Amino acid sequence: MNLETKANAEPETTVQTGADVLVQALVEENVETIFGYPGGAVLPIYDALYRSEADFQHILTRHEQGAIHAAEGYARVRRKPGVVLATSGPGATNLVTGIADAMMDSLPLVVLTGQVATTVTGTDAFQEADIMGITTPITKHNYQVQSAYEIPKIIKEAFHIASTGRPGPVVVDIPKDISANPCFETDRSPFHLPGYKPTFKPNPLQIKKLSEALKKAEKPLILTGAGILHGGGSADLKEIVETFQIPVTSTLLGLGAFPGDHELFLGMAGMHGTYTSNMAITDCDLLINIGARFDDRLTGNLEHFAKNAVVAHIDIDPAEIGKNVPTDIPIVSDAGAALKEWKRQLKAGPENHQAWLDELQENKVAYPYWFNQPPKEMVAQWTIKKIYEATGGEAIVTTDVGQHQMWAAQYYKFSKPDKWVTSGGLGTMGFGFPAAIGCQLALPDEKVIALVGDGGFQMTLQELSMLQERHLPVKIVILNNQALGMVRQWQESFYEKRYSESIVACQPDFVKLAESYSIRGVKIETQEDFEKQIGELLDYEGPVLIDARVMQQENVFPMVSPGKGINDMVGVKPL
Amino acid sequence: MKRIVTLVVQNRSGVLNRVTGLMFKRQFNIESISVGRTEKEGISKMTFVVEVEDHRKLEQLTKQLNKQIDVLKVTDLSEKAIVARELALIKIVSNAAIRNEVQGIIEPFRASIIDVSKDTLSVQVTGKPEKIEALIDLLRPYGIKDIARTGLTAFSRGQQPQAAELNQYSLLK
Repeated sequence: MNLETKANAEPETTVQTGADVLVQALVEENVETIFGYPGGAVLPIYDALYRSEADFQHILTRHEQGAIHAAEGYARVRRKPGVVLATSGPGATNLVTGIADAMMDSLPLVVLTGQVATTVTGTDAFQEADIMGITTPITKHNYQVQSAYEIPKIIKEAFHIASTGRPGPVVVDIPKDISANPCFETDRSPFHLPGYKPTFKPNPLQIKKLSEALKKAEKPLILTGAGILHGGGSADLKEIVETFQIPVTSTLLGLGAFPGDHELFLGMAGMHGTYTSNMAITDCDLLINIGARFDDRLTGNLEHFAKNAVVAHIDIDPAEIGKNVPTDIPIVSDAGAALKEWKRQLKAGPENHQAWLDELQENKVAYPYWFNQPPKEMVAQWTIKKIYEATGGEAIVTTDVGQHQMWAAQYYKFSKPDKWVTSGGLGTMGFGFPAAIGCQLALPDEKVIALVGDGGFQMTLQELSMLQERHLPVKIVILNNQALGMVRQWQESFYEKRYSESIVACQPDFVKLAESYSIRGVKIETQEDFEKQIGELLDYEGPVLIDARVMQQENVFPMVSPGKGINDMVGVKPL
Repeated sequence: MKRIVTLVVQNRSGVLNRVTGLMFKRQFNIESISVGRTEKEGISKMTFVVEVEDHRKLEQLTKQLNKQIDVLKVTDLSEKAIVARELALIKIVSNAAIRNEVQGIIEPFRASIIDVSKDTLSVQVTGKPEKIEALIDLLRPYGIKDIARTGLTAFSRGQQPQAAELNQYSLLK
């Protein structure tokens, strides 16, 4: 564009391409790690990465789905955007599941996709897919780069949008000619997004209303969501809760926002929540939702949900407030900022709620989670309990979706924030293992356990390559019941035991599979062996795959059947 | 209930797709859309007529639209004093004999004949959708060959009457 200025200023510099500009823009965003997979339309970018002396690493996964789930895990525990790079067409479409997953669970991602050259766009060219059209409904925002001139600005905007407000995935689609061609001038002006102004701070008057409601409440209850983790509000929450003795329940994704082993914690609520939590929501007279979105797996039938309660809802996304549950005290704010302001204002707690606390404590003792304990064979719940005991709750645990996920939520007590990485909203099988790799790369000193089912693991197990290549000490525990457990459970409960395609008896030898990647593999079949070995296996310095053979018939209880209110639980067993 | 919602948006490719996609995903039925540029460069305005179940759904709709990065402003005009217009082009079967008759029909509508051929006649009309419907009904017996409608476009009037004033002028009181 402005050839002369450039030529006059630095006559000897080699001409940079759009791809070089992109790499430079990523450096400026302090990117440390890119998860990706090369292909035709991103070859100029891969070439620029090869030539670049920038100080960040590229992680080559074995499937684009692995790359994006790894980036999600990275983003979750590192609290900064995960960066993904994939080629056009199939490369980009392989990312779709992960993009949708990140959208549902509000994880910040910047997804860079290649696109066919602008000269052939729209001609159904080789490896062309309308990735803008495909990803529009599952992104917070997306861009198609029109010229290399705008790359630095778009990248800045993309990182800003992905990581601020309610976090989410942003796709940047880059045509091949734009990354390949020389670029002489770039837009360095500061970006301006007039249509994007998230509210970070709460309205103090609304917080005052919340304090007044709390003072009046006889049965107050706090519901913790993942927004507290995104906003870093755990410490303030704990202080408020302990000072004013307010009981706490949690969503699936909010686990760890409040210590799981705390006396005032009632356990997770919802479809597979504790009896105590679900009854507390049913009976409470003030429900304070902090950073959760009242998902249907939490609320059950809305008619029966917190029907006696004044509902306060703190959320950074105004569209979430009142979406599912009518709200009396709406507070649009970052959960961390709202908790800080609440702590500052709050001088007195509820005046008359001792009876409520006593009742909840009694429930907690009388209706714990339970499972059948055979003498020798392992059951998944027991196995998870043992892992919790062996780690003291210090490890980062990732999961897929299904029975093992619910049991992990029930039996692994997350006592610190950011130790729990799971696919909540989208419920993605194949998420857990690559996500664990992302967590380990983000935090190399942490112990990371991928707790997966045999079904989900087989969806992304090719990423064992990545484990081997990077010597990442991730511990994979397959809770192997040779079935798609949750599908099997639903068929047992709702389809008269017609186990259509849910029993997966034919499996690889997981130990040999691990060994073929030069990873230590161990198969364990009895409680005795598990107890004997688990400590050593979790402390082993390299990666380990544990094929834990658990009983097939176990079901996740208690349970709220679909369409029922959360006060209507099956499988509740008094002690 | 029928609502008129206008959006001020940044004129970037894909923005209409984003907005209509959002409505599709959340099951709002769009009755008409009209889009055009505004006096500011790079800024366009969309006018939607949407069928919405209740006020809670409506609140969801405006909140979700507001979340879109390229959407600068969302306004629900339904309860305001507004100017709303639609343009329609109507081609009917006609011959020299009935041309005057048609002229007589369209005159009260302040519509005009904009094209005449041996056996057709094209009429242009602007106004509220009900007015256009009424004219179409009157022209239908002649045989309609083609209709092109722009969809509603609207904005609020320069002065909004106070609620009290409205009562004052109401026929019900």
